[in-house]
Amino acid sequence: MTARIAAAARPLAALTIATAIISIVLIALGASPVAVFADLWQGAFGNWLAFTDTLVKATPLVFAGLAIAIAFQGALWNIGADGQLVVGALAAGAIGPVLGGWSHPIATFAMFAAGAAGGCLWGGLAGWLRARRDVNEVISTIMLNFVAAQVLSWAVHGPLMEPSRSFPKSVVIAPSAQLAFHLEPSRLNFGMIVALVLAAGCHLVLFHSAAGFELRALGRNRRASAFFGIPIRRLTVGAMALSGALAGVGGAVQVSAITHRLYETMSPGWGYEAIAVALVARLNPLAIVPAAILFGALDNGSQAMQRADAISPVLVNVIQGMVIIILVGFDAVAAAGMRTVLFGVAGEAAKSSDAAAGEAGDA
Amino acid sequence: MLEAFLASTIAMATPILLAALGELIVERSGVLNIGIEGAMLAGAFFGLAAAYFSGSIALGLLAACAAAVALNALLAVLVVNLAVNQVVAGTAIDILALGLTGVFYRRIFGLTGSAYTITPMRTIALGPLARIPLIGPALFNQSALVYVAIALVPIVAMVISRTRYGLELRAAGERPEAADALGLGVNRLRWQALMIAGVLSGLAGAFLTMAYTNTFVEGISAGRGYVALSVVIVGRWNAWGVAAASMLFGAAMALQFGLQAFGTAIPYQFFLALPYVLTVVVLAFMGGQADAPSALGEPYLRS
Repeated sequence: MTARIAAAARPLAALTIATAIISIVLIALGASPVAVFADLWQGAFGNWLAFTDTLVKATPLVFAGLAIAIAFQGALWNIGADGQLVVGALAAGAIGPVLGGWSHPIATFAMFAAGAAGGCLWGGLAGWLRARRDVNEVISTIMLNFVAAQVLSWAVHGPLMEPSRSFPKSVVIAPSAQLAFHLEPSRLNFGMIVALVLAAGCHLVLFHSAAGFELRALGRNRRASAFFGIPIRRLTVGAMALSGALAGVGGAVQVSAITHRLYETMSPGWGYEAIAVALVARLNPLAIVPAAILFGALDNGSQAMQRADAISPVLVNVIQGMVIIILVGFDAVAAAGMRTVLFGVAGEAAKSSDAAAGEAGDA
Repeated sequence: MLEAFLASTIAMATPILLAALGELIVERSGVLNIGIEGAMLAGAFFGLAAAYFSGSIALGLLAACAAAVALNALLAVLVVNLAVNQVVAGTAIDILALGLTGVFYRRIFGLTGSAYTITPMRTIALGPLARIPLIGPALFNQSALVYVAIALVPIVAMVISRTRYGLELRAAGERPEAADALGLGVNRLRWQALMIAGVLSGLAGAFLTMAYTNTFVEGISAGRGYVALSVVIVGRWNAWGVAAASMLFGAAMALQFGLQAFGTAIPYQFFLALPYVLTVVVLAFMGGQADAPSALGEPYLRS
């Protein structure tokens, strides 16, 4: 129990340390950390509209975070949630304009299904390459991110370009395929419900199904999983396809609810940010939701911070990077023990100087 | 036309080659360095900033290398000493570098960054070679970094395959337990490899801001670090292969400018995507990780 509490406390401790380091950086840059963090908070939670917009910003992070959590649980290092989300958005944005004849529920479901299919294809491809051609999924997913970005760019400059053909954006999707905003002027929409349902679904699959158990076993020990007859190849393709599909639905929701059409850039790097989200959530699907809201709040608040303090909103990236680094560092120290970490290094150095001395003696 | 294309190819290929040679050394020691994109970006920004304020190209290059080496040292603590997952740690370095360079850039240079340019590195004409028609100006009238990159190819190839140090490096990447049993110090070798790679990715970043564009824009590395990762794969973990792949990818990136001038029907995105597609295809059909160091990406913990 204490171990569980300690594990849950680590993300909070990591955030605290990251905040402290960033405060020092801000002071060095001549900005007031108190003002910066106050403006971040104000921009994220200062009023009802800011709060709802934080939820809007958090939504794609929930989808991409779930994608990362599913893959990472199986030790499948999917760095491609960004590309999978983009392909999902592309698929949804491509069929969206021709859904005018369908009723709202069917049209929106078709959008989500297209997004899932697109992401599934992109993630499943990386899974298949890993399972059948022994291709490292880290490399293939990074490469596929860039391919996805170029395919999207080509689509909005080419086949999907709006009729006047003067701007790199696609035709608006049919009204029936658009998700309405609730409690306007807030942008709360049904996509958030989809995100919550999928988070619960992922939790069930991961912790209450045979496939989920096998996936986690695969993540813990690949060799032992093979020994116990776990279908590694099928699981690899399946988990990567599911991971991609989750990110893809996120892309479709973004098109359906927020942008209503495709632009050259559909993701400001959600797929990478989602790695921080998933790690802070300890790869637990239910914890992804609050973690995504935390990072969504940072994204949202960074706009207000930029206006008030002349600090670039990419400060949020600094926080993300630091949180990941501190968190994995903590975990490593907890796993190996402080002594090994501190003295393992010293021992290594002493050993190599011994070896050098030995060689000199031999000569 | 051809002359411009060749010059553009060299400009595209040089930073990729510099970074990829560093990545090659790191991967041969058993570390997969995803943080290379971040190190390059840090080199690009801090190199330009130092050169701008000091007026000295040499100080700029030094700062570029120092920034990239610092990031690689952070990565080394994580992946070598703490045995953290290399993919997660490297990605964090990339995110961190994107944030840090962006925050510093806006704070120091404000939003009108385009005005902050430096006098670029001088080009050095290699005597009569530079006067050869067509290829002379493109290949033999370049900044020193281009010559450094080209000269490093045989040096890295030699060091890896013909020297004791290269043998030790490969041992750390292929059979870390065996290397350790021989008293080679796997951690030391991987640290050294990451430091060398830091210098090279710093120079790669410096080339972008100090020899190519002469200014900085946020995210200027634009995926070139990841292209360097693919160059190492397509080049089959071999310095000569890395050089050939860098030129090929540089040419593919340069083609987009040439083809836009021609008004061809092939969309330019095709050429921008080509390096990445080629990497996946090569991995899928050339035996996947067959030529990769056996222990690539695996942390080594002494037991």
